[in-house]
Amino acid sequence: MITLKINGQQKNWDGDPDLSLLWFLRDEIGLTGTKYGCGQALCGACTVIVDKQAIRACITSVSDVVDREVTTIEGLHPTGDHAVQKAWRQLNVPQCGFCQVGQIMQAAALLMDNPKPNHDQIREAMAGNICRCGCYQRIENAVHLASTGV
Amino acid sequence: MNIRTNPKKLRGFERYIKIDNVSRRSILKGLGLAGGFVLAAPVMSRPSLAAYQTGADKMPHGTVVDPRVFVAIAPDGIVTIVAHRAEMGTGVRTSLPMIVAEEMEADWSRVRIQQAHGDEVKFGNQDTDGSRSTRHYLMPMRQIGASARTMLEAAAAKRWGVPATEVKAVNHEVVHSASGRRIGFGDLAADAAKESVPSVEGLKLKDPKDFRYLGKGQISMVDLRDITVGTARYGADVRLPGMKYAVIARPPVTGGKVASFDGAAAMKVSGVEKVMEVKGWPWPSKFQPLGGIAVIGRNTGAAIKGRDALKIVWDDGANGKYDSVAYRAELEAAARKPGLVLRKEGDVEAALKGADKVIVGEYYLPHLAHVSMEPPVAVADVKGDKAEIWGPVQSAGGTREDVAKTLGIPQENVTVNVTLLGGGFGRKSKCDFAIEAALLSKELGAPVKVQWTREDDVRNGFLHTVSVERIEAGLDKSGKVTAWRHRSVAPSIASTFAANTVHQAPFELGMGLVDMPFEIANVQCENPEAAAHTRIGWFRSVSNIPRAFAVQSMVAEIAHATKRDQKDMLLELIGSPRIVKLDSVKDLWNYGEPYDSYPIDTARLRKVVELVADKGGWGRSVPKGHGLGIAAHRSFVSYIATIVEVAVDDKGKLTVPRVDTAIDCGTYVNPERIQSQIEGAAIMGMSLAKHGAITFKDGKVQQSNFDDFRVIRIDESPAVTNVYIVPPGSDTPPSGVGEPGVPPFAPALINAIFAATGKRIRALPIGKQLEA
Repeated sequence: MITLKINGQQKNWDGDPDLSLLWFLRDEIGLTGTKYGCGQALCGACTVIVDKQAIRACITSVSDVVDREVTTIEGLHPTGDHAVQKAWRQLNVPQCGFCQVGQIMQAAALLMDNPKPNHDQIREAMAGNICRCGCYQRIENAVHLASTGV
Repeated sequence: MNIRTNPKKLRGFERYIKIDNVSRRSILKGLGLAGGFVLAAPVMSRPSLAAYQTGADKMPHGTVVDPRVFVAIAPDGIVTIVAHRAEMGTGVRTSLPMIVAEEMEADWSRVRIQQAHGDEVKFGNQDTDGSRSTRHYLMPMRQIGASARTMLEAAAAKRWGVPATEVKAVNHEVVHSASGRRIGFGDLAADAAKESVPSVEGLKLKDPKDFRYLGKGQISMVDLRDITVGTARYGADVRLPGMKYAVIARPPVTGGKVASFDGAAAMKVSGVEKVMEVKGWPWPSKFQPLGGIAVIGRNTGAAIKGRDALKIVWDDGANGKYDSVAYRAELEAAARKPGLVLRKEGDVEAALKGADKVIVGEYYLPHLAHVSMEPPVAVADVKGDKAEIWGPVQSAGGTREDVAKTLGIPQENVTVNVTLLGGGFGRKSKCDFAIEAALLSKELGAPVKVQWTREDDVRNGFLHTVSVERIEAGLDKSGKVTAWRHRSVAPSIASTFAANTVHQAPFELGMGLVDMPFEIANVQCENPEAAAHTRIGWFRSVSNIPRAFAVQSMVAEIAHATKRDQKDMLLELIGSPRIVKLDSVKDLWNYGEPYDSYPIDTARLRKVVELVADKGGWGRSVPKGHGLGIAAHRSFVSYIATIVEVAVDDKGKLTVPRVDTAIDCGTYVNPERIQSQIEGAAIMGMSLAKHGAITFKDGKVQQSNFDDFRVIRIDESPAVTNVYIVPPGSDTPPSGVGEPGVPPFAPALINAIFAATGKRIRALPIGKQLEA
């Protein structure tokens, strides 16, 4: 039996200890905010925060995160009003929206680490997150806005 | 201004900052006709009557203009408006209901959206494809809103005993200004329901100067908040009690099938519950599944792990030798010989022979995969002779029809619930993934989710075609172009529907080949034969991508050869402002639109070129290693021109400091979403230009995921993309937005690279060509 701490809540798992965190979150405990996009840590759609670091849930097994604090989009902010979320809405960032949770989690982790990232730092930190709709200009502006106060 | 440090001052962005309190939860209780819900009454199809004609009523099931189908008002005043098209990021789920709200004078903060299930008899055509939604539904949605408003006004007038002409709907209530009386929509709902639906002919539409929402760009997408908090529901997010999770191993070669398989090892994987064969259809089979072996698990991860353990021997069939290197040579050979003549003006052969100079360009574009961020996925629950589907489908009606046909049950027994689409780009107009889920659910007797992995998406999709476009331009002594021969060779989308297809269809030939707008005396357009060896499908902008790449590259090649400015050359070729007459073209297609309403108007094409040149600073001096390129193209009956600035360093590293695009899409609804579509089109255009290639060897796709089918990431995206929207004339019909932005990007980029480096790239993607 593995016990995980997801958004402050204990979750138990007695199945395959190699199951990826992504499918555990989505299929076993119904936290579908975290998305599947590639399964190979290439697109960032499944980004969650473990302790204070952004990680790709698709290549992280449930046993890797035992005794760690896992934060998904559902636990990022109690009312969905994290500075990054507010900035995203203010600048109308999304198009289809599917990658945006991963983008938001990556941006939130960036700001924990570096509260005032510059242009290059934003681009570098967000380069692992693909948006096929091409919202990059707004993503960059929204990260900047979140860092300067929404 | 520096957009990086002052996001409140984005170019052209200031007007579109979101207003608070307008985003709405997307999941509503159904229109279940709970007491007091009105205007949602029996269905009666009513065609629209527009001030201009569109091809809307020629689409399957046409349009339905009936407020009782699209509008419901609750006693508390909440107005529910049905969105009948699919949301894949264009904002259509917001824009079309917003048109209804505008005309009926509903207050947007008291409007809720209900997504229609698939029922084209009830709602009209739902196939969200071809950049058609606003173009076909602006006027019908206005009429629906105006009908609802008229009914509300009539009900209020009766209650007060005054003539209907004395009352007026204003912001969610009806007002009788003479007496100062006013009554809310909610209080009028029951009475309004008893009014007859007014005739479309007699409807009074609002004066555009009174619009509060249309054309303003101040309303955010209804799903915006849900997207940012993770509650927006895509196909992949649907979960049903007792639902099984499935992935499928499909034939690696199109037309292949399972020869034998061994599922024993897969069954030993923790969480795997079943291994079973899925029916496939012989190629070509439209949108039917490819077949293969399904692994069913208690979660998707288990199913994928189980699939990895399958042992399958495939029978590759007739396409097992498909090889992209050899096929390109075949296409090039075909392009060098005469083909089926589709357009002929003057005598191109004689004009080329007599030309002072002939410039030849052969332009190659490989297959492309859509790779929407949400790979195909669907949930099905089949019980007896009834089926329910949940999925990110562009064509809810088509999905219903195909699922019903496959299961052998009446369409009325199939319910298709349309979720949000995590990107579509044409891939999700094909419903094979929903049919797969239905087949598995029927067999398992339980709800099933079929999840395509990214590898499945890359290897088993409906790819953008592969093409060679060959253009020969003949110039006289003065440098004037007197002859233009364009041969287009590419396997057709029609090959996915019918075997032995070797010619492109009118809907492909009409995308930048036969509709070429230049003013040249001798023009010939030809289509030599090409056979398909994989599934070809619509990809955002479709054949306009290779055509604009070829034609707009050739313009710059001629400019270079004659030492003229690219933009001047482009305007010279477009020629005088006129309505282009194309008498020699048998089937112009014209995106399905009547030519009277949507002619090829070179004045509009010239205008976007001039606008982008002006706003985008064409001709400005740029640093060493930088270059400017321009391209213009009409597609989906919109006009668009793009300027790209590139920088290429001495190691061949390409960056894009700036993009400027001007679009004329006629009368528009939501300029904020138009801007986002054009921003995104630049990224998709750059992705295909820089990295995009799906290649085959031994019949199999050689790429698998985002590492070898690359798309643009934020660190290589343009530093800034500026969008300029041409204000429409008072009677300009609406035209496409979702797709027109993509085609001009690649040629503008390639022309800019030539300006920066002197290297002319004629085969995409750019890949490592600049590193040589």
